[in-house]
Amino acid sequence: MDEPLNLVLFSGTDDKLQAAAVLTAGAAALGRPVHVFLQYWALDAFRADRIGRDHGLAPEAGPEGRKAVDDLRAAGQASWAETMRTAKELGDVDIEACSLSMDLLHLEPSDLDPLVDGVEGVTAFFLNAEKGQVVFI
Amino acid sequence: MTTALIAQKLDARGLNCPMPIVKTAIAIKSLTAGDLLEVLATDPGAVKDFAAWSKSTGNEVVEQSADQGVYRFVIRRK
Repeated sequence: MDEPLNLVLFSGTDDKLQAAAVLTAGAAALGRPVHVFLQYWALDAFRADRIGRDHGLAPEAGPEGRKAVDDLRAAGQASWAETMRTAKELGDVDIEACSLSMDLLHLEPSDLDPLVDGVEGVTAFFLNAEKGQVVFI
Repeated sequence: MTTALIAQKLDARGLNCPMPIVKTAIAIKSLTAGDLLEVLATDPGAVKDFAAWSKSTGNEVVEQSADQGVYRFVIRRK
């Protein structure tokens, strides 16, 4: 099972980033390469000075969803950033910032958390994606 | 029971998906081919996840049991 999993992360809320981290770690455990492409608000969440912050939840979560997420966290669930870090230790996980989003947010590579491996454009992302699925979150 | 032959034990009880599998994949790397790893997990997806992981990676689940919500797997490193 060597086809890469290619994740395009757009949303910057903790629930969607958690879902993405779970997919990343699961694929890494199976030995699949994972390419993560960070755009817009997902890229903002990977800023070194903001990665540990509360990034909120998708609007559909509501107060009940907020409580459910908080309860799981209190029970010891790893944060999405920790899960991503574990996935990188385990397998072949490459996390790239979208160059357009870097311009949009006025970011330099040094502004990003060390989880991010580099900056690339969409063409490089698709070239590396090969025949693997592309998932947009 | 193969308890005497187990090279390493991993307690993944209380961990949510996908951490039991992720920790198993990390632990198995430190073993040599043929070594047995025992894993305890409470994640309800564990049975199907360990089956899928085993099929995909070739590390064989040689024993599997469940007792009061705790799943026990013994895995042989490929």
